[in-house]
Amino acid sequence: MSNLAINVRDIGKQYHIFSEVNRYQTLREKLSESLKSPLKALLHPTGSDTFWALRNISFDVERGMVLGVIGKNGAGKSTLLKILSRVVEPTEGRAEISGRVGSLLEVGTGFHPELSGRENVYLNGAILGMRRSEIDRKFDEIVAFSEIEQFIDTPVKRYSSGMYMRLAFAVSAHLEPEILIVDEVLAVGDAEFQRKCLGKMSDVAGEGRTVLFVSHNMSAVTRLTKECIILEHGKMTMRAPSDEAVDYYLSHGYEKGGERSWASEEIPSDAHPFKPIAMRVLNAKGQVVDSVRSVEPLTLEMEYSLDSAITGLRVGVYLVTVRGDYVFTSFDTDDPEQFSKYAERRAGHYISRCTIPADLLNEGRYTLGVNASVFRIKRYFQDANAVVFNVNPTGAPGMHWVEPRQGVTRPRLDWQIVEK
Amino acid sequence: MKTDAIETVKKPDTVIIQPMKGLVALNLRDLWIYRELVYFLTWRDLKVRYKQSVLGVLWAIINPLVTTVVFAIIFGNFAKFPSDGVPYPIFSYTATLPWTFFAAALTVSARSMLTSGGMVSKIYFPRIIVPLSSVFANLADFLVGFVIMIGMLIFYRVTPTLNMLWLPAFLLLATITALGVGLWFSALLVMYRDINYLLPFLTTIWMYLSPVVYASSTIPEQYRILYSLNPMVGVIEGFRWALLGTQQSISPSMIAISSGIALLIFITGLFFFRRMERIFADMI
Repeated sequence: MSNLAINVRDIGKQYHIFSEVNRYQTLREKLSESLKSPLKALLHPTGSDTFWALRNISFDVERGMVLGVIGKNGAGKSTLLKILSRVVEPTEGRAEISGRVGSLLEVGTGFHPELSGRENVYLNGAILGMRRSEIDRKFDEIVAFSEIEQFIDTPVKRYSSGMYMRLAFAVSAHLEPEILIVDEVLAVGDAEFQRKCLGKMSDVAGEGRTVLFVSHNMSAVTRLTKECIILEHGKMTMRAPSDEAVDYYLSHGYEKGGERSWASEEIPSDAHPFKPIAMRVLNAKGQVVDSVRSVEPLTLEMEYSLDSAITGLRVGVYLVTVRGDYVFTSFDTDDPEQFSKYAERRAGHYISRCTIPADLLNEGRYTLGVNASVFRIKRYFQDANAVVFNVNPTGAPGMHWVEPRQGVTRPRLDWQIVEK
Repeated sequence: MKTDAIETVKKPDTVIIQPMKGLVALNLRDLWIYRELVYFLTWRDLKVRYKQSVLGVLWAIINPLVTTVVFAIIFGNFAKFPSDGVPYPIFSYTATLPWTFFAAALTVSARSMLTSGGMVSKIYFPRIIVPLSSVFANLADFLVGFVIMIGMLIFYRVTPTLNMLWLPAFLLLATITALGVGLWFSALLVMYRDINYLLPFLTTIWMYLSPVVYASSTIPEQYRILYSLNPMVGVIEGFRWALLGTQQSISPSMIAISSGIALLIFITGLFFFRRMERIFADMI
């Protein structure tokens, strides 16, 4: 018996493309389709309605290893995890998994609102693959962990969402799998809950168990994993020590050069009539750059067009550090005067532009996201990872000390030293 | 199987994940590992059903009982259907009891894969557990309804015979038929949602093709063999023979044919379900 926990060979998953309305068939359609099919076969000689979500994926994970899986949305990360947790079957290839697989992405699966907390612990435990004796043994621990002792016999429909989440997580966390799958991308819940997820993950890793960790949070990936695989468009492009992989991912995973433009097929259909064209980071000279100096102001601009008028539209940016902390969110109609002036934005071609003053951002790597929405009505478009850029601190306050400065901002403050 | 997680760490089970081709084995090993889930899902179904309704467990009695009362008045009293020499109400209840079980188990298990979609698309377990536990939950209703059966047997002073020992066998036959048809339909329903509308129609037609309100002896002799291709004929006449001792409507060959068809539906259902199992998570 080898020391491999996971052995994946040439795994591939092909999906049929179903449009939103036509996710499943009806028998009636199938019957009428097959009557029409001779004609259809003539018109569409090749069936091109399939795509490979994942192809030619091979890797091994040794027992006790924490492996990071990184890649953009749609790169196939979730499909890979679903195959390894046996929820979906691969179209080709083979994988061997030795040991019980648990995952922190299906917390609360099978919870029934009418049943009490106690009943749901047993039910959920059984669904996750625990034996009754095992649940009996861990029951008190689970309840203590969830901190809902006095409500354990209350139907969970009366729980607050926080209580519900804590109980569900407590069951998952006590599964003690040999292989733990954590998909942070899918993890719902507040920051506290996500922190708990990560905490549990480090515990499990510390106990010498195998962990597969999927995340967009690069600092968590480098902190928690030793090695990473990178998925791009369903293919595995790299496997390397985490630092190297994260570097590669950050420099190749996004569009380079401080600009992101959207091709028409990349724009979701529900964005209509909003049509994103490009987002750019510009330096003080107005050049598109992927690296700016912190001592110069920089300009963020979003170019878009509207096919028809939108009332109450706001176009804005999120600035996020590479660790995942928000620096700020700002919209082009934050100013009430601007908001009433553009109460209705007519069809046309626009650029929304703002300037970040000099001496604001600290050194580091930032992600710029874009959002176009009407408050409480509709979100037309959002891309949380539109552009990545670096801030170079040359000339910033305190650079004569060679040390990294804590904090997201690095303002030039007007210090006065008064001798009394 | 091992019960201790620590032991599992030492000797982990290796699971091989690969595409299934052709007719696939039933994977009874996994079903055995997850056997407690069958119990928990059955228990959940029962608990939820009885918790949500005020009448609770009474529903299990009311359904076959009211049906029987209506049948007894319409078919027994007014239409004067022959009932193989036993009082019509008990004649009818002996059929409505297994029929109600069958129809409910069939409908619930056929819809079970869709109602459990959330679980199926998130987590692995042998999918067959879902329709299986829906059938078992209905079996509990049957047992409750059987209390009334005993009451009626006493009321009508039916002397129990050794035939009664065969009753579990006929119940098994009903269970296998319901599960077999349920497996077929639950898998089909994942692919073709409009089958959902077909189900009530199917159960209604099936009831009239089964000896629920009339006796099989009403069917001309030469068609009886054809008639017993319906497994519920064997089940219902089996119940009547075992409980009431009716002789006119039953023959060993009819039981054999009904059982054979039930087994055929069940086994093909198992393999069909297993074959479709791999695409459930993609479709739901």
